[in-house]
Amino acid sequence: MNDDPSLDGSAPISGAPIVSVAGVGVRLAGRDVLRDVSFAINPGEFTGLIGSNGAGKTTLFRVILGLQPAAGGRVLVAGHPRARRNPLIGYVPQKFLLDPDVPLRTRDLVGLGLDAHRFGLSLPSRARRARIEGMLEAVDASAFADQRVGSLSGGEQQRVLIAHALIARPRLLLLDEPLANLDLRSGHEVVALLARIAREQQIAILISAHDMNPLLGVMDRVVYLAAGRAVSGTVDEVVRTQVLSELYGHHVDVLRVHGRVLVVAGEAGELAGASDQAHTHTQVEVIA
Amino acid sequence: MNPTLAAIFAPGLFTSSPVQIAALVCAIVAVVAGAVGMFTVIRGQSFAGEALGDIGTTGGAAAYLIAAGPLWGFGAIAVAGAAAMELIGIQRPRGRDVATGIVLGAGLGVAALLLYIDTVQDSTTGATFTIVFGSPFTITSSAIPLVIVLSVISLGIIVLLFRPLLLSSISPELAASRGIPVRLLGAGYLLALALTVALAAFTIGTILSTALLVGPAATALRLTRSPAKAVFAAALIGIATTWLGIVMAYDSYDWPPHGQGWPVSFFVVTLIFLAYLFAGLPNWRRHRATATPTDAATRA
Repeated sequence: MNDDPSLDGSAPISGAPIVSVAGVGVRLAGRDVLRDVSFAINPGEFTGLIGSNGAGKTTLFRVILGLQPAAGGRVLVAGHPRARRNPLIGYVPQKFLLDPDVPLRTRDLVGLGLDAHRFGLSLPSRARRARIEGMLEAVDASAFADQRVGSLSGGEQQRVLIAHALIARPRLLLLDEPLANLDLRSGHEVVALLARIAREQQIAILISAHDMNPLLGVMDRVVYLAAGRAVSGTVDEVVRTQVLSELYGHHVDVLRVHGRVLVVAGEAGELAGASDQAHTHTQVEVIA
Repeated sequence: MNPTLAAIFAPGLFTSSPVQIAALVCAIVAVVAGAVGMFTVIRGQSFAGEALGDIGTTGGAAAYLIAAGPLWGFGAIAVAGAAAMELIGIQRPRGRDVATGIVLGAGLGVAALLLYIDTVQDSTTGATFTIVFGSPFTITSSAIPLVIVLSVISLGIIVLLFRPLLLSSISPELAASRGIPVRLLGAGYLLALALTVALAAFTIGTILSTALLVGPAATALRLTRSPAKAVFAAALIGIATTWLGIVMAYDSYDWPPHGQGWPVSFFVVTLIFLAYLFAGLPNWRRHRATATPTDAATRA
């Protein structure tokens, strides 16, 4: 499958984690953005990185990508210290705004995923073309292959960006809030596509989201981030009142309503315990 | 010769040495401006291009004072200006306008002084007019080697950096995640931009240079879908408009008011503007066609 020699030399031994983060801390402008974060992801695993805005999700991605130095701890990618350009990692950024008049077709952006780091012009070749066509088909983007990327819908753009990241054949795909600006249906399509990629190609996926519900059916593992600290495990291990209360440092309730999970902060816990004050503490906040 | 053709291509057009030099230099500069201009438009740095052209006035005026070729002056000041912009912080979106504005203001202040001295020394306004509005007909054959050298450097940078520069122009974040040195590429591109603007200033004048840089590229962006085709189309549009401008300017020697010809730059810039408008026409009509029923539906 891998005809790119750069991938074979550092391919993970099967069973070993594709990425392991151990005791990582990051301090930015005098504030601890991440504190002692540890988790590991195995090949082909679908992991959700869950946390509210400002919890440190993007910073953690930047650490794994090697764009943000960590104050402490260790990040290993396929058993090796991370490098600035690591072909084992594909990345789909959160913000991607392109004017509709930028002359860049879907196939051009996917092609850049293959060789944007190279100098000079790309020479057209049948093999290159076939690989781009194959990738477009894999993310169901063939229909708009010749349209400008800037004219596509949010869901279509996400799929193109996923193809851009996947065409270099990474073993780990990082996606920063890919569902944030999508309607429910496009979001479902993107999640289903990612789950299929993880399963069929054994590519590990780390996807950040502030709402874990769209990911509940497909996540093998969750890394829950709050106030710079993290817990990881299966959904049933992590998304529990006791575990999350400990992580947040104050009481939160994990509520399950019609198959959806709500994490609620505020005085809801005291509602049950101190009934005399119950009606004065009805202010609750759904935080995840 | 057919009388209509004879009226368009006036006698002596093809044998005139200034016309030949002008056509050659314009074609070379149009190709470079097409390639660099496409990135300028995508990166939203038209203002930086305009500023580097405008401060070329300072370099041109200084070169005039020391009797050096104007292209040396344009090139030196544009590269210095680009370096200053990079140091002030053009790589940050919010720093971009500030860096450009500060360099532009400082440069033009010096230009005011130098042009004043030029005018007092020569007691003519010729220097000011030639520097600011340019004329390809005044280019001498001795300038051609420098034109070619600057063009090769500028085009070479763009060809070498094409793919990583394209990705970092579209999404710096995506490029950085691939290990592409985004800031270094930005500086390399800025150098190419400075040299291109100097060349454009040399052909059609400092304050009109931005028309040749941005106009054909913006027109090409309206007509094409892929980056390579856009560069190609921009170069062709640049060549067509400059050559047509040269022909019209040559013809204008018979025109009122003085029978001394109209400025080439006027024709070139006007033709570029018209090309840009016409390129937007199909799109505009399509928008109107699709917008009208929807508007009616919303109102109803």
